[in-house]
Amino acid sequence: MNMRAEIQRTPAEAAIIDAFGERLSLLPGDGAVMVKRDDAIEQIKAGLPTRRVESWHYTDLRRLLASVPAFDASAAAKTIAPLLEGSSLLSIVNGVSAATPSVEGVTFQRLGDKLVDGSYAPALVTYGSDDAVGALNTAFVADGYFVDIEDGAQVEKPIELQNIQAGGQVHVRLPVRVGAGAKATIVERQTGEGAGLVSSVSQLLLGDDAEVLWLIVQDQPETATHLAQFKAELGKNAKLTLFVMNAGGKLVRQEVIVKATGEGADFKLRGVNLLAGDCHVDVTMVLDHAVPHTSSTEVVRNVVTGRAKGVFQGRINVHQIAQKTDARMACNTLLLSDDGEFSTKPELEIFADDVACGHGATVTEIDRNHLFYLMARGIDEKSARGLLVRAFLAEVIEELEDETVVEPLEELLNSWFAAHA
Amino acid sequence: MLEIKNLHARIAESGTEIIRGLNLTVKAGEVAAIMGPNGSGKSTLSYILAGRDDYEVTEGDILYNGESILEMDPAERAAKGLFLAFQYPMEIPGVATMEFLKVAMNSQRKARGEEPLKVPDFIKRVKEAAGTLEMDFNMLKRPVNVGFSGGEKKRAEILQMKLLEPKLCVLDETDSGLDIDALKIVSDGVNALRSPDRAIIVITHYQRLLDHIVPDTVHVLYKGQVIKSGDKSLALELEENGYAGIIEEAA
Repeated sequence: MNMRAEIQRTPAEAAIIDAFGERLSLLPGDGAVMVKRDDAIEQIKAGLPTRRVESWHYTDLRRLLASVPAFDASAAAKTIAPLLEGSSLLSIVNGVSAATPSVEGVTFQRLGDKLVDGSYAPALVTYGSDDAVGALNTAFVADGYFVDIEDGAQVEKPIELQNIQAGGQVHVRLPVRVGAGAKATIVERQTGEGAGLVSSVSQLLLGDDAEVLWLIVQDQPETATHLAQFKAELGKNAKLTLFVMNAGGKLVRQEVIVKATGEGADFKLRGVNLLAGDCHVDVTMVLDHAVPHTSSTEVVRNVVTGRAKGVFQGRINVHQIAQKTDARMACNTLLLSDDGEFSTKPELEIFADDVACGHGATVTEIDRNHLFYLMARGIDEKSARGLLVRAFLAEVIEELEDETVVEPLEELLNSWFAAHA
Repeated sequence: MLEIKNLHARIAESGTEIIRGLNLTVKAGEVAAIMGPNGSGKSTLSYILAGRDDYEVTEGDILYNGESILEMDPAERAAKGLFLAFQYPMEIPGVATMEFLKVAMNSQRKARGEEPLKVPDFIKRVKEAAGTLEMDFNMLKRPVNVGFSGGEKKRAEILQMKLLEPKLCVLDETDSGLDIDALKIVSDGVNALRSPDRAIIVITHYQRLLDHIVPDTVHVLYKGQVIKSGDKSLALELEENGYAGIIEEAA
């Protein structure tokens, strides 16, 4: 008797599978791409992950994904001003890329074209049977941008990859190759106005001695489902700072999968999760230190209000040959309501014997001593609380140092507080 | 200006009574010193005046300009002109000192129905006040009290006091952690604030601060009560003979 066959599909699973049948003829791709799509939908047919799957333990996708909207070609989304002043803007509106700008040292291609000619097919891989985001995206991805920054290019202006949805379904990919010794700032903006289902996969290949600051800013409406993946590989002495801000969405999963594959590589993850209402936001990181002499630090700060639920899973794998790895992870949460929840799961898998690794997690309320001190100077309770919560988050943002980056992020912080305080 | 009448107070959590029938009157223009051995309730009294909710007043009243302040929260008391210079000022990571000063000053102005300060005016005031206390202005760009030495924290408290221009100042062991030079600077800062419409309560363990800030009255606190009051000669007497004699006399 086959037990699996008896599992009843949820409405969301059924909707995804049906949509695949209906969309198939519209999806771009040569034979190789189509084979990948078929494999991916088979993976989804086996069922969305539940809490029994280790990597989805705190985000039971099968239960939480209650429904899936139909594709909506008429959804009208509008681009917005880039986060950082003077950015080169590449927008994807309702899942469709636009004409690409011209920037010295950088080649942009519309991903749809690379699916049609099949050149992107080899990159359509999932990390395993639990890679629901990768599978969903592979099945449906229709567009996005392929960005190639040539060796040694010092890209002055930030590049903003803006993915805007207005409802329905949107599945995009943002592969970026940064050549040896090149330097760039990339903003990945995930926002919109509709109750859409978004899947987005970013893939960053960082060459030797390359340096990138990558900002993911997600502020979807509180009705949207946002399933995202950021994958990166770091070459020798490459430096990547990834800043993730989640300030919206109903159901959000942001996966961060980073491999330090070149000696001297350094990875920094800084995260700010602002949780309100009854959202569920999950940031899950898997970091591999695969070679000796690499370093990483992760600092994630969360503020939980209302009935919101948050998750941070941080897994650091230190391979047997990866001696002298230096890895530090911290996850700090301010729980501002009795009904909010935050789950944090650090995991260190260390196979090398000469490493410095550590992790820490805290869940606290506002420090009463701090509150008293501010109030004793005449600052009313509401303002004092606001000041302390913002300070808790601003510490992570201010680490980015560059004023042109810090200020817009702090403004986002302020507008979130104005809307949710 | 301040009238404490038969005050009884306890620690809210444990119910331990700390203040047991305390009476004290401080007039406008007066500098009153409160002295007493460890555990007599000096710091508790300062916290109760400032409105810390770890303590519960079970009996009696605190009148400030004739009005009971027991129902006011710390911010309301501060806006009315009450200021506590902390014995152990809090370090608040992430809140820049300048931002904190600006928000505090403007909160109090707002509570009094005044316009917020213009930025250049604010900076000028801070620079002037920092100058007289020989504080490095760059220090104020750092988060509140973070990385400040013990002495720098105490100076920062006096800086806040100068900027907020309170009417009733309570200084809780402001001399602890100060070397002799810093003690002089801080004392000068306090003395500069002496005025006929302002009262200052100096809580201290030792006579040495009172050489610099000369009090009009001295009150000895013991087991949550004022057991003896006098003028500045009382402080000298304590310095010479300790508390034992006075405690015996009161018993």
